[in-house]
Amino acid sequence: MRAATPVITSFALSLLAATAFGGPVAAETTTLRMTWYSDGNEGEVMADLLKRFHEQNKDIEIVLDQVPFKAINETLPVQLASGQAPDMARVVDMGGLSRFALDMRPFLKDPGYWETNFGPFLEWMRPAGDTKAIPGFMTQLTVTGPFVNKTLFEQAGVAMPGEKSTWEDWAKAAKQVADKVQAPFPLALDRSGHRYYALAVSQGTQVFGANGEPDVVDEGFKRAAQLVYDWHKSGVMSKELWGSVSGTAYRGANDEFKNAQVVMYLSGSWQISQFAKTIGNAFDWVAVPNPCGPGGCSSMPGGAGLVAFKTTRHPKEVARVMEYLASEPVLAEFYSRSLFVPGHLGLAKRGVDYPTASPEAAAALKVFTASAAQISPIAYRIQGYSNSRIVLNAVISRLGQAVSGETTLEDAYKRITADVAQQIAERNKK
Amino acid sequence: MSGISSSIRPERGIATGALARLGQVAVLPVGVALRLLDPPMRWMQRIIGARRMAYVFLFPNFVFFGLFVFLPIGINVVFSVTGGTALFPSQRPYVGGDQFAYLFDCGSYLDPSSCREDHFWRGVANTAKFVVFQVMAMVLFSLITALVLNMKIRGRGFFRAVYFFPVLLSPVVVALIWKWILQRDGLLNAAITTLGGQKILFFVDPGWAMFWAVFVSVWAHMGFYTLILLAGLQAIPADLYEAAEMDATPRWRILLRITLPLLWPNMIVVIVLALIKGAQTFDEVFVLTGGGPGTATLMVVQYIYETAFSSQVQNFGLAAAASVVLGVVLFALTLLQFAAARRKEV
Repeated sequence: MRAATPVITSFALSLLAATAFGGPVAAETTTLRMTWYSDGNEGEVMADLLKRFHEQNKDIEIVLDQVPFKAINETLPVQLASGQAPDMARVVDMGGLSRFALDMRPFLKDPGYWETNFGPFLEWMRPAGDTKAIPGFMTQLTVTGPFVNKTLFEQAGVAMPGEKSTWEDWAKAAKQVADKVQAPFPLALDRSGHRYYALAVSQGTQVFGANGEPDVVDEGFKRAAQLVYDWHKSGVMSKELWGSVSGTAYRGANDEFKNAQVVMYLSGSWQISQFAKTIGNAFDWVAVPNPCGPGGCSSMPGGAGLVAFKTTRHPKEVARVMEYLASEPVLAEFYSRSLFVPGHLGLAKRGVDYPTASPEAAAALKVFTASAAQISPIAYRIQGYSNSRIVLNAVISRLGQAVSGETTLEDAYKRITADVAQQIAERNKK
Repeated sequence: MSGISSSIRPERGIATGALARLGQVAVLPVGVALRLLDPPMRWMQRIIGARRMAYVFLFPNFVFFGLFVFLPIGINVVFSVTGGTALFPSQRPYVGGDQFAYLFDCGSYLDPSSCREDHFWRGVANTAKFVVFQVMAMVLFSLITALVLNMKIRGRGFFRAVYFFPVLLSPVVVALIWKWILQRDGLLNAAITTLGGQKILFFVDPGWAMFWAVFVSVWAHMGFYTLILLAGLQAIPADLYEAAEMDATPRWRILLRITLPLLWPNMIVVIVLALIKGAQTFDEVFVLTGGGPGTATLMVVQYIYETAFSSQVQNFGLAAAASVVLGVVLFALTLLQFAAARRKEV
């Protein structure tokens, strides 16, 4: 018994010490989950910033779940609807998911900072009719625009169309280049409704009727659809993008562009980082201003927001993480290292330095930043509309069928109108 | 030789003895558990009678079956009569047969473009086309392969394994392998251009896309059906062939008069199983062609998946209604399979 006493005493003391010192800290650590997708290196940058946050705030631990973009669009909405969502997620369909978003105002130290710096973008994240909620901030502002393989133009001896050139000018030049250098994709547009609207807005589409409801198929829309249709017929666009898959499936041409198979590629600012990294000095590429049409030269705005969800059990801690990430120095570092166009008005005004950017990437960022200043109000309205994805998906699905030769353009117009009406009605069923 | 065997035998003995003891130790708790269970079981048998005891033993299975089969079917049916985008059935408005009415609203069922939900009917038409070609090709090639593998050829075991190997692969892996072979800069186009031909864009042409969807499916699953037919071939009594040989019957006549008639029950099983699998096709074709070009290879299951999860308004009600329709078709095919199996037993 005498031998056992010190053992028991030391065990009891160590248990007490663990409870007194280690116990409460361990018990108070809050674990948050953030779901994240990446186009370039932004996942690495975010992981780095979260690690730094944890070093300064030992009571909050954040698990960063890096998922494919498809999971953000398809799995996350189901998780949200079932109440099994993460605490925060990087999302693109901000309007569509706005009903699940947490209004962080009661937990933020300075909501005014958010209003001042993210004001116009907060509207994209708010449910219809709400003018005050603060659900998150923009991890990036994206601007659609074309990338051009300059080397192919030089090899073909064709002059690149200048600023304010029309879509037709670019299509003609790209076809000439492709024919001379045997490139399989003269002009490539991502198979995405969002990219299609960069063309449609420049052709003068208005999207909404006088009553404020979608009136998708108007003259501007038809002009753009006819261009896409004709380009596929004449070989300016290859059917491999728009015609090779069905429904709303996204199909990009970034791999083809990186392999120098595309002369001109309409995508957007989010591609800069990966192009700078993977193309290297294999060929010269440039970003050029959006081509013009009867409706102007506007790009489509877009972007991704880091949004907090109301299903979280730790709103205070979520707000602390969001405040840290949205703070000016941290966000400046994030944009700078990820090569993103800032979605923070203060930083956009002052400008962000991109010390790690290659000369091509720096030049492209300059072009996209300039394009952002010329975005038309209708383009912003489409992006901010809570049912925008319904419109974009219906367009891409039905035009895809027309391009593949399955239906006519006229049929596609009728189907787009019917699909949009049916899906909005379904969403409104209570 | 005797030296070798004598040196091995004691080791085997030790190993076998150790394994046996290990086995005894391992089953000891089972034995104890069974003994403990014995009195309450006997008591229950006295109460409910020996005949009803069968249900007690079946009960755990019923629970699992109900939980993982019947409950999801029930939930699916509930979804099919509700609308909106809410996930929980309690939050979804009841719409009766509206989803079915919407699905079946057609000018002509033979012309998908006359239907309100044309994608569903394009999926039905594509699936029907796929099933017809795939089942015919599957039965034909499985039969030929089984006949060849049943012959006394050199390396028969090796070839049996080779033909069965694709069955073990994941459908996604199969589709990706073939996608790499068939794409613009894939292996097949490289071979075609090396031989002086022009590249073929297989996934842009509807005919080619359907052809490769069928081809890849046959390639991937043929081994399984070959195995069924091979088992059937080996069950045919050898004396029938010996008698035919003694009569100097030509080989084609042996095939037509002995092999095929006696193999027919197995063929029926193969046909029905291939029909059911074909109607359920999704993963291989989805990864290979994405349902394109246009909707040329869009199958019913892909339509259901996209309507429920991939479209912006996640229309669970409409997808559930389409699932119910598909379920009814598959149920009919399963009854056919049971009937075929019963006929085989007779």
